[in-house]
Amino acid sequence: MITLADQLLVLVLLINFISLGTSRLIFSIRAVAVQGVILGILPGLIHPFSWHLVGITTVIIAVKGFVIPLLLVRAVRSAEIKREVEPFLGYVPTLLLGAVFTALSFGFAGKLPMLPEHQNYMFVPASIATLMSGFLVLTTRRKAISQVIGYLILENGIFIFGLLLAEAMPIMVEAGALLDLLVGTFVMGIVINQISREFSSLDTSRLTSLKEE
Amino acid sequence: MHSALQGYFDPALVALVAALVIGCAGIPGLFLRKPGPGQILSTAATILAAMAGVPASLQLLFSHTTTTYLLQWSLPFGPCELVIDPLSAFFLLPVFIVAAAGSLFAVGYWPAAEHRATERGLTFFYGLLASSMAILLMARNGVFFLMVWEVMALSAYFLIVVEHERENVRRAGIVYLIATHTGTLVLFVYFSLLAAQTGSFLLPPVGSLSALSPYAAIMALAAFVGFGAKAGIMPFHLWLPSAHANAPSHVSALMSGVILKMGLYGIFRSLTFFYEPPLLWGVVLTVCGIASALLGITFAVAQRDLKRLLACSSIENIGIITTGLGVAMMGVSSHNPTLMYLGMAGALLHILNHSFFKPLLFLGSGAIIHAAGTREMNLMGGLGKGMPRVALLFLIGSVAICGIPPLNGFVSEFLLYLGFFSQLKADSLVYLVLLAPVLALVGGLALIAFTKLYGSVFLGTPRSQAAAHPHEAGWPMLLPMAFLALLCLLIGVAPQLAMRLVSPAIAAFYPQPFVAEIPAGYDSVLGRLSLAGILLLTAVVLVTLLWRWRLGRGRVATAPTWGCGYQRGTARVQYGATSFSEFVVAVFNGMVRQKIDRPTLGGLFPRSARCSDVPTETLLDRVIVPLFMLVGAWSAFLRRLQYGLIHLYMMYIFATLFILMLWAH
Repeated sequence: MITLADQLLVLVLLINFISLGTSRLIFSIRAVAVQGVILGILPGLIHPFSWHLVGITTVIIAVKGFVIPLLLVRAVRSAEIKREVEPFLGYVPTLLLGAVFTALSFGFAGKLPMLPEHQNYMFVPASIATLMSGFLVLTTRRKAISQVIGYLILENGIFIFGLLLAEAMPIMVEAGALLDLLVGTFVMGIVINQISREFSSLDTSRLTSLKEE
Repeated sequence: MHSALQGYFDPALVALVAALVIGCAGIPGLFLRKPGPGQILSTAATILAAMAGVPASLQLLFSHTTTTYLLQWSLPFGPCELVIDPLSAFFLLPVFIVAAAGSLFAVGYWPAAEHRATERGLTFFYGLLASSMAILLMARNGVFFLMVWEVMALSAYFLIVVEHERENVRRAGIVYLIATHTGTLVLFVYFSLLAAQTGSFLLPPVGSLSALSPYAAIMALAAFVGFGAKAGIMPFHLWLPSAHANAPSHVSALMSGVILKMGLYGIFRSLTFFYEPPLLWGVVLTVCGIASALLGITFAVAQRDLKRLLACSSIENIGIITTGLGVAMMGVSSHNPTLMYLGMAGALLHILNHSFFKPLLFLGSGAIIHAAGTREMNLMGGLGKGMPRVALLFLIGSVAICGIPPLNGFVSEFLLYLGFFSQLKADSLVYLVLLAPVLALVGGLALIAFTKLYGSVFLGTPRSQAAAHPHEAGWPMLLPMAFLALLCLLIGVAPQLAMRLVSPAIAAFYPQPFVAEIPAGYDSVLGRLSLAGILLLTAVVLVTLLWRWRLGRGRVATAPTWGCGYQRGTARVQYGATSFSEFVVAVFNGMVRQKIDRPTLGGLFPRSARCSDVPTETLLDRVIVPLFMLVGAWSAFLRRLQYGLIHLYMMYIFATLFILMLWAH
C-alpha cells in the first residue's frame, strides 16, 4: 500500500509541473481537480478502514475534485478568458524553478528530524514541493484565477503534510481545513468579481493603482 | 441565598455559567426578524445571570476559596486553567453589576424600535464584552488570556463605532484600535517573557518569581505599559476621552466602569507573581498615578463636552487607584503591613467605588443627552426642572466622585490619606505625606469640574431650544441609576461592610508575609466614619424635609434663575460652562489650554459676534503628536516595500519561508 501511495505522490508532483507549465486555465483547473481526487484517495491507503475515513474521503473528493473546480470553470467561462497571457516569469523558467525547488525540498526533507516510521515515505518532500509550486504559481501569474489555482495547490501541499501528522485526524481539524479552503475560494471568487468589475480585466497587477501614495 | 447556593451549586461554576449566559444573551436577537424581543430577552438574561453571578462572587470572596477548572483544549500552549480566587471574585462584582445595569438602561436609551439597524449588533457585542471581561478574570493561561483580551478589545471597538456614519466616531474608533493593539503588542512581549521564565504559559502562582532578576524589571515594565494602556494611566491615556465620549452612554459606562479596571486587574495580577519587589516599582506607580490624577482632573475641568469631562475624570480616578497601589507596593517593599494594607484597601475600594459612581454618571449623561439632544454643556441648562429624578441621581454620583462624605468616594480617598499620614512618625517613607496635599488639590479640582458640570447642565435657565423642554427618563433608565446610587450610599455609610469585601482580595495578594487584617486603631476610625456618615445623611434628610415643609406653607413665587429683576434678561447672560472654568484653566495654563476665540468688541453698540472655545492638551499637542510625526517620517522608507502588487507580497512570504528553511539547516 505504501508503494502505491508513493506512486500517487509522484503523480501529484507531476501535476504540479502541469500547472506550472501550462498557459491554458481550464487545463490547469482540471489538473488540480485530479490532484484533489488523488489526495482524497491517499488517506484510505495509509490508514486502516473506518467509516469515518470513508466520510472524509468522500467529502475531500467532492470538494477538491468537483465543487471547487466547477466553481472555477464557471468563473473562467463567465470572465471569457482562456489563457494566462504574459506571466511575470515565462513558463520555461517557472518549470525550471519548479524543478529546482522540488529537488531542494527532497534535500531539505532528508535533513528533517522525523520519526523512524516516517523516514522512508515521500510525504514530506512531496508536501514541501507542492507547497513551493503553489507559491510559484501565486507569485508568477497575473490573472486572479491563476492565483486561486496557486492557492489550491498550496493548500494541497499543506494537506499532504497533514496526512502524515495525524494518525487519526480529529474531525474538527479536517472540517476546519476544508472550510478554510472553501471560504478561501469564495473570497477569491468575490475578489475576482470585484476586480473584473472595477478594472474590466482580471489582471491583478492593476491593483497597484490602489496603492496608498 | 448564600446557604441555598452552597448546598446545591459550586459558586465558581455559577459565576462561570453566568458569564457565558451574558455572552450568549445577544445571540437570539441576531436571528429574530422583529426588533424588540431580542433586546428584552438579552436584558432579562443578563440581569438574571448577574443576579446569580453577584452572590456567587460574594460567596467566593467571603469563603476565601480558590476554585480551579481545567479547560480541555487541543491547542499547543499547555494546559489552560480557569481559576477564581478572591482577587478575581472581587473584580467580578463590578463586571456583573455594571453589565446588568447598562443592559437595562439600554432598553430605554437605545430602544430597538428606534435603532433597528444598530440595536442587534450593539446588544450582541455588549454581552460579548461583559462576558469576555468575566472570563478574562478567570483565565490563567497567558495565551488564553490574550485571546480573551482581544475579544474584549475588539467587541469594545465595535461598540464604540456603533454610530459609524459620524466622522469623529470613526476617528475615535481608529485611535482606540491602534492604542489597544499597541498595548496588546507589549503584552505579547510580557507573556512570552513570563513563559520563558516559568517554562509554561500557565500564569505563575503568587510570589513565585524573584523581582530582582533583570528579566523581572523588563516584565514589570511591559506589564505596566501593556495594561496601563488599557487602564488609561497617564502617558497612555490618549485614546480614552474620545472613545468614551463617542460610544453610546451605557457602553461608556461599561468601558469606564469596568474595562479600565481590567487593565488595573492585569497590573494587580502581575504584581502578585513577584516576591520582594524593589521600592522603585512602588515609586513609579505612585508618581504615574498621582500625575494621572492631577492632569486628568485638570483636563476634565477644561472640557465643554459632557461625556469628555466624565472620561477625563476617569483618568483622574484611575490615577488615584494607581497611587494607592503604588503606596501599597512601597509598603510591601519596606515590610510595612500598615502601609500595604491602607494603600491596597484604598486602591481596591476605589476600584469598586469608581465602578459604581462612574457608570451612574455615564448613564445619567445618557439620560441628559437623550433629553437635550447635545453633549455640549454650553448649550444646556435648567434641565433639573424637567428631569428632577435624573438630577437627584446625578447629584449623588457627582458628590460621590468628588469624595464628599457620606458617599463612597470619600471612604476610599480617606483610606489613602490615612496611608499617606501613617508614615509621619516612622523613620522611612516620611515623604509620602507630600502626596496628601496633591490628592487634596485633585479633590478640589474634581469639585470644580463637577460643579461646572452639574451647574451648567441642571441649573439656571435653558441656553438652547433643545434643552428648553426636557423629558424625564423612563423607569428602565432610572432604575439602574437608582440602584447604583444606592450602592454608593451603602458603601459610604457602612465602610466596614466594604472592608470585608476588600480584605480577602488583599489576602490573595500577599498571603504569606502579611496578615491581611485591618491594622489596629484604624478599625475604630472606620466605625466613627460610619457614624458620622449616618449623622450627616440624617441631617441632609432632615434639612430637606424642613425645606419642603417651609415651601409648602408659604407663598412661593417663581422666577427665572438669576433673573435679578431684569425686565428682559436672556439665558445668555448666565455663566456658561466655559466661563465657569476659565479661571482654573488659566491657572493650569501649562498643562491644558482653553483656546478661546474672542471677538473684539468696539463702539457703543457692538455688532453681534461669536465666541467659541476649544480645550487643548499640551502634552498631546506638544509632545505626542510631534513624536508620532517624527516616527512616521523616520519609517517612511518602509513604504517602499508596499508596491501594491499581490505577487510581490507573496514573494515576501515565500522568501521568508525559504530563508527560514535554509537557516534551520
